[in-house]
Amino acid sequence: MSKVPAILAQVRPEVDFTGAADFFEEGLLDSFDLVTLVSELDKAYGISIDGMEIVPDNFNSIAAIETLLRRNGVTP
Amino acid sequence: MKLSYSGKAITGMLTVVPAHERKFVDEMANFNFSPKRSIKLAEVMGYDRHRIVAGAVTSSDLAVAGLEHLFAGGKLQREEIDALVVVTQTPDHLMPGTSKVVHGRLGLHHDVFCIDLNQGCAGFIIGIMQAFMLLDQPTIRKVVLVNVDVMSRKVSPRDRNSYPLIGDAASVTILECDAGAPAIEARLKMDGARREALMIPAGGLRRPSDATTAEMVEDEEGNFRALDNLKMDGSAVFNFVLTEVPELIRGLLAETNTDVADIDSFLFHQPNRFMLQKLADKLGVPYDRMPSNVVEHFGNSSGVTIPVATTSNLSARLVEERLRVCLAGFGAGLTWGAMLLELGPLNFCEMIEYQEDNQNG
Repeated sequence: MSKVPAILAQVRPEVDFTGAADFFEEGLLDSFDLVTLVSELDKAYGISIDGMEIVPDNFNSIAAIETLLRRNGVTP
Repeated sequence: MKLSYSGKAITGMLTVVPAHERKFVDEMANFNFSPKRSIKLAEVMGYDRHRIVAGAVTSSDLAVAGLEHLFAGGKLQREEIDALVVVTQTPDHLMPGTSKVVHGRLGLHHDVFCIDLNQGCAGFIIGIMQAFMLLDQPTIRKVVLVNVDVMSRKVSPRDRNSYPLIGDAASVTILECDAGAPAIEARLKMDGARREALMIPAGGLRRPSDATTAEMVEDEEGNFRALDNLKMDGSAVFNFVLTEVPELIRGLLAETNTDVADIDSFLFHQPNRFMLQKLADKLGVPYDRMPSNVVEHFGNSSGVTIPVATTSNLSARLVEERLRVCLAGFGAGLTWGAMLLELGPLNFCEMIEYQEDNQNG
């Protein structure tokens, strides 16, 4: 089972991410939450997400984050 | 742009930080975010405490304190200064330049070449380049480079994106001719098309300050700032740094046949710990060879962070030995530059505190 929803809940515990189409468009995450999220993902999966990949499009949904993780060679 | 220098060296470095220190946990209530969210961000970025002035301290106050400390300790003589380069984005006045204020307050002689440069986080690299150009003149043997910013006075205390990371500081770096000094290679790039990524919108002639430019306005992320304050487009700056800087450093290393392993220390501008660790990862630099602790202990003082990183991490070594270092500065302009040089043994490499009961002029 994917760890991504639990990691998102750590970053913004007060936010319900289920059903959201775009976390940034809908104001659930901002640019500084993105930094926290990347740091949490790096720690959880033992990777270092490349700086050029740290753009909202790669983090705007659970599916997008999982695709990015797979690109980094890990199973979400 | 590729730049090369020979017969020139850095011979001393001093930094001045305000004695006044503020802790992030004590400032969190100013920000429009939950404490938990702020603390999480602080852990990632390395926010802990920062040195900022408490009163109406100016750039020349910090610079004069540093230079007077060197005069008092016999590490620098007034009469041996041939040129004074001051790099700041927070001048005492629109005119005259802060180098002239420092010159007058210190009573320097009339044969000193004084020049001001408005540069941000690449200001140490550009300042060294300017100093080296001056040293090409036969009448100039010793240049004093002052980098100084009191940016806390231009950042909104309610701007979580900028205020927790800001620090105030000055540095005094001595540069001299040295026929035996190893060659120095540098690279510099500019992109004025992206100038608005880091900007203080009001206060110049394009948008003079008035009552409207002092009004606090909430942005889409919940930060409050006025047009008189520093505005940083965090995403744009982040992408700029993580895209342009690794390419610049890789090019410099490749063109000089230098491996990462040949460099003793990567002394980079200190925007925050997260960004520096991403740069280290991308370049394959072990974290212990790229200091990233300046924001945590002192704050990001724009063009002064490389000297602060140097004096707070390497002072004991640099007065004893020679290190091969890679400097990199990147920020307002946008400007990004890097320099490969051998540093040390220095005549002095130290940090002092500025007490605000010092006499201001």
